[in-house]
Amino acid sequence: MLAAIRPDIQSFALLLHLVGATVVFGALLASATSIVLARGDTRLLRLGYFSLLLVGLPGLILLRLAGQWLYQLQKWNDLPSQFARPTWLDIGFIVADWGGILFLLALVLGGIGVHRLRNDRGGTLLLRATMVISLVLIVGYVVAVWAMTGKPS
Amino acid sequence: MTFEDWIFAIHLLFAATLVGSLVMSWIVVVSMRTADTPDATLNLHRVGLVATGATIIGLAGAITLGIWLAILRVDFHPWDGWVIGAIVLWSIATVALLRSFVEYAKPIDKAKALVASGQTGSSMELTALNRTATGLLLRVVASAAIVLIVVDMIWKPGA
Repeated sequence: MLAAIRPDIQSFALLLHLVGATVVFGALLASATSIVLARGDTRLLRLGYFSLLLVGLPGLILLRLAGQWLYQLQKWNDLPSQFARPTWLDIGFIVADWGGILFLLALVLGGIGVHRLRNDRGGTLLLRATMVISLVLIVGYVVAVWAMTGKPS
Repeated sequence: MTFEDWIFAIHLLFAATLVGSLVMSWIVVVSMRTADTPDATLNLHRVGLVATGATIIGLAGAITLGIWLAILRVDFHPWDGWVIGAIVLWSIATVALLRSFVEYAKPIDKAKALVASGQTGSSMELTALNRTATGLLLRVVASAAIVLIVVDMIWKPGA
């Protein structure tokens, strides 16, 4: 019944999209937690940053590409003009695209912070900014999961 | 959104928390493999505790709401093959994770003992405990079970 409605190729794209989303979510959790609990410990500050760069960024790329693929497979890009794109889909795009920009900002700020840490020139404040962005993105992802599963529209 | 839609959304939020926390704990597990001092081990443990808490919340929430959803939904039943499969996989993941918590408690106890005895430098015994093969294997089993649950939920074989 429900399984028969979605062809296997769409299920595969959905699986990749979900894997990407949960990988990003986990990396954001790890990053925010590490930086919050670091208390100046360089190792944890670096863990917070590299969680985003080495785990979160690939996850984000997978999430976005698989999401776009699923979008096209389900023909959302081919809606008749009298139909508007549903709100839950718009929320997903906002979180992925605008959230993606915030994510890149977090990486840039954190990268500078890690570089300064290495040269004993501070950097903790920039990594705290990375942490704040991570927390904002975590909230965004929670909203996106709620919208894309509950489909309120 | 109907009541069922809300339960489904919250079920998936718990599932996302579970899988996300597993990703987070893997980041900690990989980091611990290079931790050779009590300080490094205990610092990583603090991060790991948050992941553990989120994992437990995710496990409990996902199974509870999942079974509730199977009862609520007209087109699913708790005795459907794919639902039973998910419950079995959830049980495997839970047992494996709980056992892995026991394994990863050993380096923490060692680190605390070293600190208590004034030894704060590098320790080969501590490094070996941080690299526990048993703990790693249990994590792999739990993660594989969770991935299979996700596959099961998407494809719903036999539905």
